[in-house]
Amino acid sequence: MTTTDIHTELLKNFEEKIERGDAIEPKDRMPDAYRKHLIRQISQHAHSEVIGMQPEGNWITRAPTLRARQILLAKIQDEGGHGLYLYSAAETLGISRTEMIEQLHSGKAKYSNIFNYPALTWADIGAIGWLVDGAAIVNQVSLQRTSYGPYSRAMVRICKEESFHQRQGYEIMAKMMKGTKEQQEMAQDAMNRWWWPSLMMFGPHDSESPHSGDAFRWKIKRASNDELRAKFIDKTVQQAEVIGLTIPDNELKWNEERGHYDHGPINWTEFYEVICGNGPCNLQRMNHHKRVHDEGKWVREAAEAWTKKREQKLFDLN
Amino acid sequence: MTRYTDYPHSILCLRAQKQSDMNNQTPLHTYCLRLGDNALIQSYRLSEWCSNGPILEEDLALTNFALDMTGRADLLLAYAATLEGKGQTSDSLAYRRPEKEYLNCLIHELPDEDFAFTMVRLMLTSAYDMLLYSALEKSQNENLAAIAAKAIKETRYHFAHAAGWVERLGDGTAESNRRTMQALTMLWPYTGEMFETDSAEQQLAADGIIPDITSLKEPWMEKVAQVLKSATLEIPALKTWQTGGRTGRHTENLGHILCEMQYLQRAYPDATW
Amino acid sequence: MTLTKILTAMTQDTQLRSWEVFTQTRSGANYIHAGSVHASDRNMALQNARDTYTRRGEGTSIWVVPTDAITASDPDEKEMFFDPANDKIYRLPTFYTMPEGAKAI
Repeated sequence: MTTTDIHTELLKNFEEKIERGDAIEPKDRMPDAYRKHLIRQISQHAHSEVIGMQPEGNWITRAPTLRARQILLAKIQDEGGHGLYLYSAAETLGISRTEMIEQLHSGKAKYSNIFNYPALTWADIGAIGWLVDGAAIVNQVSLQRTSYGPYSRAMVRICKEESFHQRQGYEIMAKMMKGTKEQQEMAQDAMNRWWWPSLMMFGPHDSESPHSGDAFRWKIKRASNDELRAKFIDKTVQQAEVIGLTIPDNELKWNEERGHYDHGPINWTEFYEVICGNGPCNLQRMNHHKRVHDEGKWVREAAEAWTKKREQKLFDLN
Repeated sequence: MTRYTDYPHSILCLRAQKQSDMNNQTPLHTYCLRLGDNALIQSYRLSEWCSNGPILEEDLALTNFALDMTGRADLLLAYAATLEGKGQTSDSLAYRRPEKEYLNCLIHELPDEDFAFTMVRLMLTSAYDMLLYSALEKSQNENLAAIAAKAIKETRYHFAHAAGWVERLGDGTAESNRRTMQALTMLWPYTGEMFETDSAEQQLAADGIIPDITSLKEPWMEKVAQVLKSATLEIPALKTWQTGGRTGRHTENLGHILCEMQYLQRAYPDATW
Repeated sequence: MTLTKILTAMTQDTQLRSWEVFTQTRSGANYIHAGSVHASDRNMALQNARDTYTRRGEGTSIWVVPTDAITASDPDEKEMFFDPANDKIYRLPTFYTMPEGAKAI
């Protein structure tokens, strides 16, 4: 057999495995393209969780009640934990966390665009939990059946924890809509600013996503961008109606034939501007992450040094 | 607002108050404010570490401690509000008092210089809390005893974590040793206040409601000295004890903390959040 | 290790080391793999594992193992490694026919 024959055989076996619905595990043979795609996707997902701690973290010290402070702390802690599960899953593919952080800092790895928007008021904390986490849930539920074992297991864990996140956000919005006029205005203002970016979280329209072929064939991706976006809109519109919030889209209309809401055009120019680094918070988010990483260097070095000294002592004793 | 029924373990039981409790209402109220404010301000400082930790795992750890402390503040301030009997809640106490009515020890309001500062401070205060809450578990006051039973578990873990880090940083690299020694030197003068007492608290101690706080100083020193020895650090030479927080005279730091913390409640006084 | 190597290694900035985490959710149950954490030593690894994997009361006991101490079976050798056990059905209790009426067997 030639090398090409062997590769063809291996690829065939791999795709049959995927077709059967078997999970791919770290030591299994996999196409390089599959490994690379997953490293990129999982590490970017992890980075998103970590960067996402920043806009919400902005309001911890100003949380308006002790209960609100506890809930927000617990939520952000979960996000950090999700980052950990995902870094852990990515490392099984042969990349280290150090490398992943380097890629984030160099811009080689991206994170979810949504976190390049600022959390300006307490209502933003509500909007982020309800809309952003709500959108993430739709995506993550789908990913529970992704083909790579460690990734799918991480997603199952994440999904279990995510529903409280959305509820805490929705509860904040609901309370404010029942509150003073100023609170209602604050909530509607946050809605107006976070709605469209949340829709953009699902990525470009299916017609504009030419590279999804492999992702679907290899069951990395289990549903299309537009399918997931529609799911999100359908459930969220009803939730908004219940608490009296207006969706900032004049063209939003139920389409009986499609069984989904039709919506107005998404501002893809804004989407690409923000992806390319020109959003309101891109620089701030990255500088924060870099600064914290640099400031933590002496701590990490000290921990390593302490351990190495003890290992050396044991070595000397022998 | 915290209601006792919010807590699944019903750790606060409102039995008929004993005569000694009634006599001690005001001193006990003051005492609970002190402990509650310690936890409140500690929790504030710990929560500032969110998304700022030296490694992601430590972000989670510090957030846990902030959560523990917020919960503790909630319980203690709720009880203080009940004792006062003027319709206050844990939230109204946390978010609406003027600066001089906060009674936390000064050590908690100092800003974190760096990670070494945070760990040294947590080690010093959790060593104290372990002794304090162990003693309070045996309090004649059932509510304090119940709060203490919960706090002691949390505080043992805080100490284990912080002491571990002080050792690693003290005996890590030259830089980490320098920073840890610097932190210890800055914090040491603020540790004396934790052992201050007054005639009202001495009466509470005589009635078996709280421990005699001065008796905790020696065991505290022993615990701390042990950690510092493993960390290759020396106890700093003391110049003067810093004091005043317990009676409402604070450092410039508290004003800024309250400014942040109270902002929404002050800006929208009629709103419920 | 030479002193230079030790000192160089000592001042390297890493994300510390990787540890695999196994948790037992209630007394007597199996320890199940939960994922991994980073830590510099075993005490830190235990604490980090507790914070990462047992926030919702999912653990009464934790094991941590350095990631490179784990040895895994080779998927390429799966047939050689596992199939021979598949046809030894005499290891299963259902292989045996018991006389009718016999109890507790």
